[in-house]
Amino acid sequence: MSNLTTAPHLSKIALPGAKLRTYWEHCIHGILLACATISIITTIGIVVILLVESLQFFREVSIIEFLTGTKWSPLLKPQHYGILPLFCGTFLVTAGAAPIAIPVGLGTAVFLSEYATPWLRDVTKPVLEVLAGVPSVVFGYLAVVLVSPLIKAIFPSADIFNAANASVVVGFMILPTIVSISEDVLRSVPRSLREAAYALGATKLDVTVGVVVPAAMSGIMASFLLAIARAAGETMAVTLAAGGTSKLTLNPLESIQTMTAYIVQVVLGDTPAGTPEYRTIFAVGLALFMSTLVLNVLAQWILTRVREKYE
Amino acid sequence: MSVSKYSEGRPYAKIASQAFALACGLCTLLSVSVLVLLLWNIFGFGWSSLSWDFVTSWPSRFAAKSGIWSALIGSLYLIGVTALFSVPIGVGAAIYLEEYAPPSRWRSLVQINIANLAGVPSIVYGILGLGLFVRMMHLNRGVLAGGLTLTLVVLPIIILSSQEALRAVPSTIRQASYALGATRWQTIWHQLLPISLPGILTGVILSLSRALGEAAPLVVIGAATFVRFTPKNLITDDYTALPVQIFNWTEQPQVAFHEIAAAGIIVLLTVLIAMNALAVILRQRFSKKVRW
Repeated sequence: MSNLTTAPHLSKIALPGAKLRTYWEHCIHGILLACATISIITTIGIVVILLVESLQFFREVSIIEFLTGTKWSPLLKPQHYGILPLFCGTFLVTAGAAPIAIPVGLGTAVFLSEYATPWLRDVTKPVLEVLAGVPSVVFGYLAVVLVSPLIKAIFPSADIFNAANASVVVGFMILPTIVSISEDVLRSVPRSLREAAYALGATKLDVTVGVVVPAAMSGIMASFLLAIARAAGETMAVTLAAGGTSKLTLNPLESIQTMTAYIVQVVLGDTPAGTPEYRTIFAVGLALFMSTLVLNVLAQWILTRVREKYE
Repeated sequence: MSVSKYSEGRPYAKIASQAFALACGLCTLLSVSVLVLLLWNIFGFGWSSLSWDFVTSWPSRFAAKSGIWSALIGSLYLIGVTALFSVPIGVGAAIYLEEYAPPSRWRSLVQINIANLAGVPSIVYGILGLGLFVRMMHLNRGVLAGGLTLTLVVLPIIILSSQEALRAVPSTIRQASYALGATRWQTIWHQLLPISLPGILTGVILSLSRALGEAAPLVVIGAATFVRFTPKNLITDDYTALPVQIFNWTEQPQVAFHEIAAAGIIVLLTVLIAMNALAVILRQRFSKKVRW
């Protein structure tokens, strides 16, 4: 920001009402500062509420059991509080969604940035924005009525609702995230790099795969991380699609439960507030928040570095 | 041409290049066709259940008699409350970050924080709303608590998009305004906001359409799934929202409920796509009209 954007000191100019105006300016400054501070308060609020309730929970259930236990059944006797099955469920859905979203998303981003005519891009981007705006519950619905019978027809031994079912819809849900961020990064690669490669006799494939994509690689990685974080935090679609049996398995055709789906199960049920069973949602929420936070912070850090590199 | 001479060592270079272009094109086609397939299926399933009666009826235990009136009104109330809080706060925060805060550690902290909040799963906001609004502030499980929770969900998106809109205003406008003796706020109110309004509105519309489709935080703070009235009191009365109602119907095992869920989705998607179209139109008018 240049010095010129700073307002002159009005108090030095003797105009009628100048004092009042200066006062007003200070008020506005204060109000706007308060608006910006709300975002910090939100973060503090999330951390405090998750931590306070989780600490209470860990007074009743050992944190070692929580982190290493392989059975999760807080709502049934005998109760087990090992989060690994939920963690595994989230991992399974995410790991299944990534192989769908990553190649298709990257291919689309490359096409839009390197191949598409401006007209084609103008048509395609709004369509992808609509796709990005389709609510999670709609994808959940599709998983129930469309994907699940399809998977059952191909693999008759599969559970009706299973991890693969959730992976398919989540994969298409996170696709627009990858496309939009990767395309931005690909387009920010300087033209001179492409031209230099062409001058050396490279084909369009050589330029794209050998020069542009590697130059944009860190930003593309960031888009993958953000998409994976979104997949891990995905709730309604996964709740509807994945079945809801918490078990430690790596078989995508079995019914599983993710961290998010468990939270929905508890809040929709009649578990009384104030019991350790109920407090599990805060502990699971904390685990979910921490995992997505790590992915997000990493992605943001990469994206900031990418911006510094090309701007 | 002598170019072929140079490609002699790589006889397949050209074909490979074209094949790659085709593959990328197919990826794009696949991405776009997902939306088409989605719409096709949902319209196919739900079209026959969609009628004016469906829109204006209360939900019922019988699929054939069910409607979305309470969910539709609930969603409208929620969006109203969300807009009321999120727009002034979000735009205010964006103005502060772009026009007031000098580059400092504090500003980058707020900026990083907002970027991270944008990636926090919405269900976590639901837990925050449950702890903060429902339990600590005793707002019960009414529309107000729901709207405030959705405000927190969309706030980062509104801030980021408004910042972008403000950043697009060239600094010459600011300097000209200051040169005429305007104060900082006069510059913002009379110059920057009118110019960046289309950009800000685009972000606001897209954020509110996200809030409209959000079900997870509402389920966590306790939106009811079966409500046969419209809320009169925004704090105490139960309410439901379109995505929550759709979730509830999809969860039922009977196919009849799946059909009305699809009809509900058609209503929801129609509103969402209309909002998206409005945003696209605003953005295109903006980029065409204003050339610096």
